[in-house]
Amino acid sequence: MSETASVTMEGPVCPLPLHHHTQIVMGHGSGGRMTQELIQEVFMPYFSNPALLEGNDFANLLAPITDARHIAVSTDSHIVFPLIFPGGDIGRLAVCGTVNDVAMSGAIPAALTAGFILEEGLSIDLLKQIVRSMAMASEEAGVAIVAGDTKVVERGKADGLFINTTGFGWVPDGLQIGGQFAKPGDAVLISGTIGDHGIAVLTARGDLGFETEIVSDVAPLNLLIEAVVAEIPKVHVLRDPTRGGLATTLNEIATQSDVNITIEENSIPIRPAVATACEMLGFDPLYVANEGKVIVILPEDKAELALQILRKQKYGENATLIGHVYEKPKSRVLLRTRLGTTRLLDVLAGEMLPRIC
Amino acid sequence: MRYVDEFRDSELTKILVDRIHRVTKHPWVIMEICGGQTHSILQNGIDQLLPKEIELVHGPGCPVCVTSLELVDKALAIAAMPNVIFCSFGDMLRVPGSGKDLFSVRASGGQVRIVYSPLDAVKIAQANPDKEVVFFAIGFETTGPANAMSVIQAKALGIKNFSVLVSQVTVPPAMHVILGSPQNRVQGFLAAGHVCAVMGYWEYPPIAEKYQIPIVVTGFEPIDLLKGILVTVEQLEKGSHIVENAYTRVVSYEGNQPAQTILKKVFEPCDRNWRGIGLIPNSGWKLRPEFANYDAELKFKVSDIHTQESPICISGQILQGRKKPPQCPAFGAQCTPEYPLGATMVSSEGTCAAYYRYAREEMSS
Repeated sequence: MSETASVTMEGPVCPLPLHHHTQIVMGHGSGGRMTQELIQEVFMPYFSNPALLEGNDFANLLAPITDARHIAVSTDSHIVFPLIFPGGDIGRLAVCGTVNDVAMSGAIPAALTAGFILEEGLSIDLLKQIVRSMAMASEEAGVAIVAGDTKVVERGKADGLFINTTGFGWVPDGLQIGGQFAKPGDAVLISGTIGDHGIAVLTARGDLGFETEIVSDVAPLNLLIEAVVAEIPKVHVLRDPTRGGLATTLNEIATQSDVNITIEENSIPIRPAVATACEMLGFDPLYVANEGKVIVILPEDKAELALQILRKQKYGENATLIGHVYEKPKSRVLLRTRLGTTRLLDVLAGEMLPRIC
Repeated sequence: MRYVDEFRDSELTKILVDRIHRVTKHPWVIMEICGGQTHSILQNGIDQLLPKEIELVHGPGCPVCVTSLELVDKALAIAAMPNVIFCSFGDMLRVPGSGKDLFSVRASGGQVRIVYSPLDAVKIAQANPDKEVVFFAIGFETTGPANAMSVIQAKALGIKNFSVLVSQVTVPPAMHVILGSPQNRVQGFLAAGHVCAVMGYWEYPPIAEKYQIPIVVTGFEPIDLLKGILVTVEQLEKGSHIVENAYTRVVSYEGNQPAQTILKKVFEPCDRNWRGIGLIPNSGWKLRPEFANYDAELKFKVSDIHTQESPICISGQILQGRKKPPQCPAFGAQCTPEYPLGATMVSSEGTCAAYYRYAREEMSS
């Protein structure tokens, strides 16, 4: 049965060979000639590097000359609708997301792998555009994609394209950075405005009935982080507030470190267009996703220096001090409102839903 | 943000808070009607700014919360039908019916879509002529005009595969229920600003007169809320009980006349079952007979609905201002926004959800 199926699919019964250059067909995932063609025509022109060009099922990389004894590894599967949105696309997201996750340990990201799940019928031009965007983001971050994989699933079994990326990097010796290291007395910084990515993607779906000029902040943050950590190795926490937004990420840190984090509503940088869109939809920007921001928690006496460094970096221009770490109440995040009152800043229960009226 | 920031100004807040402190001499219980007001009060910590004599209790004005369990179960049954696209405001998807919610219907293969306006559901019907598109038309007087408009538009466009599952409720009858109860504690009302934007406030003087209670039309931003509270306390301290408007930038006495005309054209009054409270006579709207073709209850004839509420949930007493969430044994324990037992926990405007989200710290200390 399966042979018959593959015969009709590959089409040797057809007197002339068919070339599928406009959209993905099942044959592109067969592992045979069509897969090779796809790799040669779509991926290789953009991802060319010595490890990939060797053509093996593995990437053979040279270990860096360093005294680092720790490797940071991270993996992330990326799904987003629409695939292309203002300020980015799924490709840039897939590269930046994993580069950033590795960099949040203080590591220097060394290499990435990429696994593609393509839906039958996906436009090859669109795929090329996304692959090109991945290559640009990888070049910007200075992190090569050294291994890859492609599978094709039948139409209807995926949403166009899913990308998994895995990355690793070497952690310079002496660093101790992680969500569990926030200490009472620390300052809490954010590298820029919040909520841009979530609102950009939501408006790109086109069902809000209004348009905005908001673009996603998706960006690689490894160079910005490298600059901070080089000057201030005693940074305690670095974390990117992606899904669940600033509020959810701060709650994770407060729980991991068993401390209180109190932030000032007035000091949180939010673009007016994002604030307005959130106001209309009944969203709280503190819970909206970011893809190019980092929370930096470090000893208070280093806060000013860190802000100066961040503000000189691309993607750090709007860095701001937003709050402090205290001992109690443990594992809680509090918000001091602009009216001077204090309230709990809880995690999001489930999906954020537009309110009714 | 213009037209918003002005009403969150901290200097103006201080002035109003000082005046409230100066005016207040006696203990007073004031109820804000609308869930949006409850949410704003807790989000901004307005209750922390008030003198200890003033107790705010939270009213029934959360449309998601008061939609009857029977209608939620009907919605779940219709949404699970194979040829139906069920459209709803986002808030409604997590509301638990007797056994599941719309999210789980969607996970089981039902076509459930979030729309931002009922008119979007009409467009979906137009684009899917082979499907039946049903919109869950819930809400108070605020959502009524847009819900009515969807029916008018569907009729004008000759769309036959569109219908609405109506659960419209109205505020004044609920005020009568609260004030007429022997257990009533409410001494002053902050009327719901957006309801009054549609309806005006001509319905309220007889209520103020009958129950000798001040009713003050109030908005949603901190300055609006404080102004409403100040005007209410001033009346209470003077012993006056009239209807006043502290939300003049949005609300007029007559309200939005074209909106009221549309409401009258499409809907007629009916009795409604309020979740947690029970049947309130003449407390809602249903479609007029000439729009019967657009009535999802008639179209789908869902029967065999056996509702079952959680036996420990006290949302009914919370909706009437008799109890506050921390007085419920399940609050924050068995009942959380992730696993809500009653509707006041599930909607973002529900009182229990607002307490859980913003004020849990006070509860545990």
